[in-house]
Amino acid sequence: MLTLTDVGKRYPTGDRALTDIQLTLPKGQVMALIGPSGAGKSTLIRCVNRLVEPTQGSIRLEDIELTKLSGNRLRHARRSMGMIFQEYALVDRLTVMENVLSGQLGYVGFWRSFLRRYPQDAVAEAFRLLERVGLPHAIDKRADALSGGQRQRVGIARALLQSPKLLLVDEPTASLDPKTSRQIMRLIRELCAERELAAIINIHDVALARQFADRIVGLRAGEIVFDGQPSELTSEILTTIYGEEDWDTTPEPADDEETDEQEKEREAHRYQSGRDLRRLASLADGGVR
Amino acid sequence: MSSTDSLARQQAARKGYWRRLPLIDNPRVRWGLVLGAMVYLVLALASVEVNWARVAEGAGRALNFLGAFLQPDFVSRQSDILAGLLESLTMTLTSTVIGVLLAIPVGLGAARNISPLPVYAVCRSIIAVSRTFQEIIIAILFVVMFGFGPFAGMLTLAFATIGFMAKLLAEDIEDLDWRQVEAVRATGASWWQTMNHAIQPQVMPRLIGLSMYRLDINFRESSVIGIVGAGGIGATLNTSLSRYEYGTSAAILLIIIAIVLMSEYASSYVRRWTQ
Amino acid sequence: MPVSTSPQGAPIWQRRTTRAQWLQFVAWLLGLSLFLLCWKAISDNTMWVFVEDAGRQGSDLISRMMPPRWEYANVLWKPMWDTLNIATLGTVLGIIMAFPVAFLAARNTTPHPLVRSLALTIIVSSRSINSLIWAMLLVTILGPGVLAGIIAIALRSIGFVGKLLYEAIEEIHPTPVEAISATGASRLQVMNYGVLPQVMPAFAGISVYRWDINIRESTVLGLVGAGGIGLQLNASINSLAWNQVSVIFVMIFATVLVSEWVSARVRHAII
Repeated sequence: MLTLTDVGKRYPTGDRALTDIQLTLPKGQVMALIGPSGAGKSTLIRCVNRLVEPTQGSIRLEDIELTKLSGNRLRHARRSMGMIFQEYALVDRLTVMENVLSGQLGYVGFWRSFLRRYPQDAVAEAFRLLERVGLPHAIDKRADALSGGQRQRVGIARALLQSPKLLLVDEPTASLDPKTSRQIMRLIRELCAERELAAIINIHDVALARQFADRIVGLRAGEIVFDGQPSELTSEILTTIYGEEDWDTTPEPADDEETDEQEKEREAHRYQSGRDLRRLASLADGGVR
Repeated sequence: MSSTDSLARQQAARKGYWRRLPLIDNPRVRWGLVLGAMVYLVLALASVEVNWARVAEGAGRALNFLGAFLQPDFVSRQSDILAGLLESLTMTLTSTVIGVLLAIPVGLGAARNISPLPVYAVCRSIIAVSRTFQEIIIAILFVVMFGFGPFAGMLTLAFATIGFMAKLLAEDIEDLDWRQVEAVRATGASWWQTMNHAIQPQVMPRLIGLSMYRLDINFRESSVIGIVGAGGIGATLNTSLSRYEYGTSAAILLIIIAIVLMSEYASSYVRRWTQ
Repeated sequence: MPVSTSPQGAPIWQRRTTRAQWLQFVAWLLGLSLFLLCWKAISDNTMWVFVEDAGRQGSDLISRMMPPRWEYANVLWKPMWDTLNIATLGTVLGIIMAFPVAFLAARNTTPHPLVRSLALTIIVSSRSINSLIWAMLLVTILGPGVLAGIIAIALRSIGFVGKLLYEAIEEIHPTPVEAISATGASRLQVMNYGVLPQVMPAFAGISVYRWDINIRESTVLGLVGAGGIGLQLNASINSLAWNQVSVIFVMIFATVLVSEWVSARVRHAII
């Protein structure tokens, strides 16, 4: 269904992010993309929906050549690719329902979306999705009032409201605790099965990838170094992907700590921006005088 | 919002009916505000008297003026422009230096965490008076007291600078990192030593940045206070406008814009360099 | 922190190297001479007799202002209403114009770098020119009156609101914007859903701030004929009716305090 041929990406600075990627994804397959940070995982899935422009090669979704599209045709193609993000990427100041409905933006005109007058069946579908991910009671809550796991569920509902054929999932669990990570991965897995969706999931956590994916692709320095069943993923292969490490004695990923760290960072950022606004205000005060 | 409302909204959403939540919950307050705003707008617009004949007549002048911007006349009043500009620049510089120097003690006095209450009250009231009145009003009073010319203008700008700088400086000192101050005090430092080693290093970069910013503001203001006789390029501009010499006015405005732009670049450079 | 060795062999710590010390000294010297030069230019243009007389003039002025002629306040209600309208309508008009300019000027929302530099030029010109100068221009074009004042305030507000707003737009989180683009939304929809909710609090705060500042500015626009209480101020000063001037000052002071309080409350509620 999705075919990547000779895809490469070179940043203007000269850094090569991807080299000669060949990949075919059949319908309904859930593929995990693993590799160290900076291996080009994010770049790869962003090349598919053209948030990042690939510099060479071709990407075909069914019969459409994605790399040549622009304007309206690109928007139409993007509708069929739902994307789920690491930091959830919800719009904090909008309600949960507005966030989910934003999955319909590719289908409705500007004024309809501006006035939030969505078609009746779109709203009903949005609500069904929220029920499916377990958040029907939260429709009027603001997105920043939710916990991390809940936010990711809203992000999933938004992606599914696009009625996609393909899900692009970027580190869905990197900001979540181990238990919620499992729940989210299971949910994505189930939804893919229900709707026969293909999915590319970037993921750090090899254990989760093994458990939930049909197929694993390993990326190192922008090149595919492994492509096979989860059962074929041996310690030697992990070493070629990630470098030397004792793979059998690290069952607990260091994710937990990282989550805390990121949480704090976000807190600090929020605090900072409030403070900045006050700063700006007091500066602005003198601005005219 | 009550939970029954919320349930009703969920039921409606299930059937596909959903509207955005209103910004204000209470419908009476919401419509009251809308109505109030409408009434105000109508009343306000109704009280604006416009002499349309005069406006139509002015349209031609507006075109002349726009034309003048394309062909600014720097030459015919060159000496006036240069003299005014020089006066504005000298006023700007001296008033900023004097204002900042005077603002430092006032700012220290107006910081609640380092100064006693009576000093705090006096300094805060100086700041309040200086900030409430427009420079131009202060300029009128100073011109009456000190006579026409740049001296009154300089005092005006220095006075305004005190209010501006002292307020921001005081706020800065009030949210200092207090642990550093305590660390220096713990070494047995005197009040002056504490100022010099704990407080000055923390506020200095911003103080320099703000002084640059104030220099920029003072220049812009110095182009105005000439209108009431306090010296500077404002007087030249005023004269040229009342004589309908739009070429000269356009030239002066362009010069002001250019200088403000340059000072903005310079101050962003200085700020990067001090931090 | 250079450490050198003294002739006696003990290490000496200096805060800066000798060269840096010299450079700093020269910079201070240059700054000081520039300041003195400017001072001289000003003092040459000053009639020092008047300055020596300032104390007497000042006390004379105060004695003429006191007691204020309070009954004059009755005449001032209409001009005060005009002043309020100039500030409010001017702010509204200015915000409406500043809003698109800010989006065109922000690096992450501008359609083209050329458009961006045009928008930045508009912002700089509007900011560089004081509202009184805008008012002077507009009075010669439109004739004296409230309309000139409103437009002057609006033109000056574009730069202020535009600058602060475009800086706020440049500081938003990029990921929600990316996510909205990934749904296949159009450019305008991305602005509406991804950018606008993020800058809304800043926008509201900036607007209220500008309104507060505009109240102050509109009190003096009358000095050049652009309506409001400044007209009465000008007339009273010209007729040397200082006891009326003091009434006007009290009115202005009170209005500015109230507007400052309102704007602080609103901003506090938003932040």
